Amino acid sequence: MIAVLGSFVTQVLHVALMLAAAPALVGVVRWLKARLMGRRGPHPLQPWRDILKLLHKRPVLAESASIVSRVAPYVALGATLCAAVLVPSFAFGMLLAPMADLLLIGGFLALARVALALNGHDAGSPFGGMGAAREMTFAVFAEPALLVCVMVFAVLIGNTNLQAIGFGFTDGPVGLRVSLLFAALALMAVALAENARLPVDNPTTHLELTMVHEAMLLEASGRHLAVWEMQAALKLLVWFGLLAALFLPFGAAPPGGSPLAWILGAFAWLMKMGVLALTLAVFESAIAKMRVFRVPEFLGGGLILALLAAALIFVSTGLA
Amino acid sequence: MLLTACFVALLALAAVGATMRAARAVFLGSAAAMAGLALVAAVALAAPGPAAVAALALGPPWASSLVAVDALSAWFLLILAVVAVPSCLFAAASPPPPRAEVAGLPAFLAGMALTLVAADGFTLILGFELMSLASWGLIATRHPTGEGRRAARIYLAFAAFSGLALIGAFALMAPAGLGFAAIRTAPPEGWLAGAVLVLILLGAGSKAGLAPFHVWLPLAHPAAATPVSALMSGAMVKVALYVMLRVLLDLTGPGQPAWWGLPLIALGAGTALLGALRANLEGDIKAILACSTLENVGLIVVAIGLTLVFRGSDVLPLAAVALGAALLHALNHGAFKALLFLSAGAVYSQAGSRDPDRLGGLIHRMPWVAGCAILGALSAAALPPLSGFASEWLLLQGLIQAFRVSDMSVQLIAAAALAVVGMAIGLGAAAMVRLVGLVFLGRPRTPRSAGATDAVGLMRAALLLPAAITLLLGPLAAAMLAVAGGPIRQLLGAQALVPRAGLGFAIGEAGSRYMALGATVLLALAVVGLVLAVRRRSSLAPRRAPLWDCGFMPAPAHLPFGDPASQVSAAGLGQPIRRSLGGLALAMHERHVSQPPGSAAAATLRTEGRDRGFTQLLYPLARVRRALARQAEMLRGLTLRLYVSLAFGTLVFLLALIALLERA
Repeated sequence: MIAVLGSFVTQVLHVALMLAAAPALVGVVRWLKARLMGRRGPHPLQPWRDILKLLHKRPVLAESASIVSRVAPYVALGATLCAAVLVPSFAFGMLLAPMADLLLIGGFLALARVALALNGHDAGSPFGGMGAAREMTFAVFAEPALLVCVMVFAVLIGNTNLQAIGFGFTDGPVGLRVSLLFAALALMAVALAENARLPVDNPTTHLELTMVHEAMLLEASGRHLAVWEMQAALKLLVWFGLLAALFLPFGAAPPGGSPLAWILGAFAWLMKMGVLALTLAVFESAIAKMRVFRVPEFLGGGLILALLAAALIFVSTGLA
Repeated sequence: MLLTACFVALLALAAVGATMRAARAVFLGSAAAMAGLALVAAVALAAPGPAAVAALALGPPWASSLVAVDALSAWFLLILAVVAVPSCLFAAASPPPPRAEVAGLPAFLAGMALTLVAADGFTLILGFELMSLASWGLIATRHPTGEGRRAARIYLAFAAFSGLALIGAFALMAPAGLGFAAIRTAPPEGWLAGAVLVLILLGAGSKAGLAPFHVWLPLAHPAAATPVSALMSGAMVKVALYVMLRVLLDLTGPGQPAWWGLPLIALGAGTALLGALRANLEGDIKAILACSTLENVGLIVVAIGLTLVFRGSDVLPLAAVALGAALLHALNHGAFKALLFLSAGAVYSQAGSRDPDRLGGLIHRMPWVAGCAILGALSAAALPPLSGFASEWLLLQGLIQAFRVSDMSVQLIAAAALAVVGMAIGLGAAAMVRLVGLVFLGRPRTPRSAGATDAVGLMRAALLLPAAITLLLGPLAAAMLAVAGGPIRQLLGAQALVPRAGLGFAIGEAGSRYMALGATVLLALAVVGLVLAVRRRSSLAPRRAPLWDCGFMPAPAHLPFGDPASQVSAAGLGQPIRRSLGGLALAMHERHVSQPPGSAAAATLRTEGRDRGFTQLLYPLARVRRALARQAEMLRGLTLRLYVSLAFGTLVFLLALIALLERA
């Protein structure tokens, strides 16, 4: 009974932490990028302020928009939230940890992507449709890379559950492997594409020809835009959390841990997020955006790396 | 008893349809007969144990025909009924078709059902051929000339080819008799078994649309009337897959080697990729759906291949996972594909076109049809918590767990197949978003689609039935897998465990889990909670304003829905995928004509794609045939002496052959 209560409290605290931290993470990345470019940059909490301001504005819908424009934001954020619920942050042993299957998390993120693409189509503006077509094309290359990475973990740990993978790394004799490095690189390429970051898409541009993610949100305003901004931020946090849970699962509190362990775990998690945010900011400051038709090559490279990782692991386990 | 009654009813309805004008009554009667067959299937699935074999009073001269409804037959009968009942209702709601079609539909249904319940090779092939001929007739009567007739001709050629290959396969298995029980007692071995595998892949594979024998499918399925298209895509390919499962997993016995699965995995993954790719490039809503059928057939064949690999490597729990994926996906695909085809038919009848460039914005005019189609499309795009995701989760887990087979070549093939299948699933989702975006969202592209009306009455009911089934199959996936336990145990032995724990799927004792009902509840809670939380802080009602048209000139007054040219077209939406992957499936030709400087004429870019099945299989075959014919023509110019020696040589050869056979 106590154990169930503890896992429930962990789960609730985790969801609250994810929701609160998501816009702040976007703010931190923007602030870091501004500092790297020699500007002062907006306050890291600026995205939170933007979202709250947008919530108070009256939404304006296009005359040709249907119910899809009004439902899609909630479905997308709901699906992203489901993924966020399942990706552990400061502690293991959350209530829904047995459901935290990597394929299901991928499925929820795909549902959010499809809701976004349908939203892009809904008003019938030329750029919305174009952005939706590009977004779905990128996913064609990102999904197989993600799946093959999941297979690499399944071979190492024997399971596709995120918590089991975390345990397997912290207890088991997995050690450092070349294939893990390849898988990490592949997953980072996927994460960049999924979150519409450089070099795949430019999150700060409003030049229509180069947009993918923003093109689908051209017609969103008011609370709908607030929900979409929150969704994008939460998706970035989910991907950071996923990378941290897969490759840096150290420091998180064990199941049934004390509040002290939780606080330590939260510190470790904040450190990991900070490192990932700094990496992203440095990478984005150093690289230029790619032409749209180079992106399949970039993601195809990620897929090849993932397949190499799988092949290496078969060879090494076959020899052992 | 009920089985016989349903068959007699179907045949009687076919006769009635051929002679009288009561089309509606024939279709409603067919729906009732198929519902009766579903009842038969449900009873058979509920009752464990071997099925009773009944001998019919008719059949070939040497034995009477045998029928039996065992668990595998019952599962596929259920799929047939899930597709057929709404299709027949839709047919009853449509304007009455020509008389040949009224007679053909019950005959088509009877052929499929006969194939599924057959318990000997003769009856199975009889049903299979009845199904092929009836469906060819249904296409051919609709198209006396033109493109549709060409599609029907290609279809007939492939149907004849698959029938021949199947007859060959059963002839090789028949030394002890054509009854399934007799074949099971003396399964083929050695090269005979290999030949059976090849013939089944050619026969059942070409009927299911397996590459490289897929070219007829995207031509023939859209050419038929809507209910027939739904039946061909949702049910007929499943009958071919049933034959594949029946022969490869049941009749040839459990002793076949593991490598049997590898050609199936390779062909299935290739078909899935090709179909999903073509679905993104087609410009006809029914052709898009037919190509998506290719994708799903490919996924099911990959699952069947995995089952063979796991069974041959003695990893029975994983064989049960893969077989569960195949059976469940066959059912889920039947439901959502029937839903999508019938929605496309409703769009065609109410908005007057199947060309996405003449549709658009139909969600405003046809909310019921749009809702049903979006549900089907989301399920086809494999999104949780809908049905397509559940069965594809099982398939992906089967591929991922293939590393437990200690053979490294199997592991590498599984990793490659996983990447290809993942790409196919992504492409399938892109195709569904494109379909929904072009047809139902955005602005109308023609006045005709701006004035469309929603489906009413029986037609709406025919859409809501498969929609409800699709909606239920997602969260209740684990319950359906438990029902599929019957066929799984029948094919893999009584000790096979169904990969299920409580209300979810489970791979092994402590392995991966997918709780469909839990995922549904979680998503519903998240969405409802968000709506409540956001609406508490933000309560202003939305205002309507003109669309931001990205700087195009305002549309003139005679275009009240805006300029259709400033909306993305079907080709435009497919362009990123065509440029990055199109060459894999289609032989592409681009012709770009640019005008000289100063000219006001428009530059043109014309892109043509032709399926590689045509350019690399059918055209070379046609060339070979032409060359052979030219050689044969030369015989006409021989002298009398040479003719006589030709006849004499043939006689000597035949006598020598007889002597050789007598000695053996």
